[in-house]
Amino acid sequence: MLCDICKKNPATVHLTEIIDEQMNELHLCEDCARHKSAAMEQQFGLSDLLAGMADFEKPEKDEEKVIVKCPNCNLSYADFKKIGRLGCGGCYVVFRKYLAPLLKRIHGSNQHAGKAALKEKNISRPARKMADLGDLKAELQKAIQNENFEEAARLRDQIKKISLEQDNA
Amino acid sequence: MQINDLLNHTSEWLKGTGPNSDIVISSRIRLARNLNKYPFPHWASKMQLEEILVKTSEAMAKIDMLKSSTLFRLADLDAIDKQFLVERHLMSIEHSQKTEHKAVLVDDEEIIALMINEEDHLRIQLMQSGFNLFEAWDIINRLDDALAGLLDYAYLDDFGYLTACPTNTGTGMRGSVMLHLPALVMSRQIERVLAAIAKLSFTTRGLYGEGTQASGNFFQISNQVSLGHGEDEIIENINGLIRQIIEQESQARQILLSKNKEILEDRINRSLGILRSARIITSQETIELLSMVRLGSDLGMIKDIDRRTINELFIITQPAHLQKLENKKLTSDERDLKRAQLIRKKLNLMST
Repeated sequence: MLCDICKKNPATVHLTEIIDEQMNELHLCEDCARHKSAAMEQQFGLSDLLAGMADFEKPEKDEEKVIVKCPNCNLSYADFKKIGRLGCGGCYVVFRKYLAPLLKRIHGSNQHAGKAALKEKNISRPARKMADLGDLKAELQKAIQNENFEEAARLRDQIKKISLEQDNA
Repeated sequence: MQINDLLNHTSEWLKGTGPNSDIVISSRIRLARNLNKYPFPHWASKMQLEEILVKTSEAMAKIDMLKSSTLFRLADLDAIDKQFLVERHLMSIEHSQKTEHKAVLVDDEEIIALMINEEDHLRIQLMQSGFNLFEAWDIINRLDDALAGLLDYAYLDDFGYLTACPTNTGTGMRGSVMLHLPALVMSRQIERVLAAIAKLSFTTRGLYGEGTQASGNFFQISNQVSLGHGEDEIIENINGLIRQIIEQESQARQILLSKNKEILEDRINRSLGILRSARIITSQETIELLSMVRLGSDLGMIKDIDRRTINELFIITQPAHLQKLENKKLTSDERDLKRAQLIRKKLNLMST
């Protein structure tokens, strides 16, 4: 069998393309397959998909997203939108505001529930606060279920206070 | 260990043992981990990449579980060696490209493989034969603890392990199970099954992971969500799904046996006949025919060829393996000849 594209070399790579639910089989030689796969990556990569998801964000403060850079690695949120990859662990702290809703859209949650890293020394402060907030909300739910309204009111005020602090930060 | 030593070795995941190994080829867990402060590989300078490579490999050298393993720097390997490691599922296709400052550590049994400077600083992989995710988790969890004691991981309480791509954040865990589903394919139920899998936010891939086409009735199913659930919970979810698919494949096999036994027997034996006598064969045709022979062996229709031999043939008939066995570069025409020769030798040897 000859290559579907160049019609010269023998086809050794077999591809199935699905476009608009139409299945299309392609038989290519190694050279043409290489070109084809490079073209496909350009056409639609994971980074585009993620960047698209990140774009659902409300347009407010767009300027900030372009200007603010991670102090540790120098990546801006605009860079992230372009390449679909964060620059370093620090980006998660700097762009927390945008990443928390994005993670929620990807995973259905933005609260880690798995194993913790053994070393805790480098965890930043805002992270702890977020975790506290999650715990407090869970406690509030429990208090309401148990009809312990005094405790619930106290927890509600505490949650309000931390949320306010975070918004101002 | 040298790369060539692997050639005469059967990878753990190909042994054809372990629970449900008539339908499940292998179970794999991988964890994505990064070092604190260092930019992720795509954003790091060459100097930083080299530092990461040195730091992580030094840590690995101190770990008991990794005592009998070997570190390969990818820049030292030729194109065939790199493809050879990909074919053995010891590293990803992505890792085999742009190889500067990248490495892979492989243990002698080929159960553990660690990629350094792939998409994340560390990709830890554990492979098991058959349906065995919990055992895989148990081993990889201990290895991860040992590494965490020596390396400073990028981690936040609320987001978990931080990764270059936000689709891996949280546990950084991907559990995958490689399934052989010929009866679901033949009875045209596979589309329905794959659609259901996608709806439950699991992904299906081909033999070689991301971006590869499912072929020869092989499907790799893995979790998509890595954040918001504990590792045990994620594994339990995959297990629940896989158990259902195993059940459906078993039923489909029984129905084929009771309703279309002659046709099935004909297809299986014709496939074996071609493999035993072909003089020229492509890798695509090989995979498709071996898939039928494997089904025949699972159903007891073929008695003189064991599962391990069939599993091994899937791998040693791949392009880089053939070239390593011949110890020279082969064109694709030459490979088709050598492949047919090798299969004839292996399969005809068994029957006499």
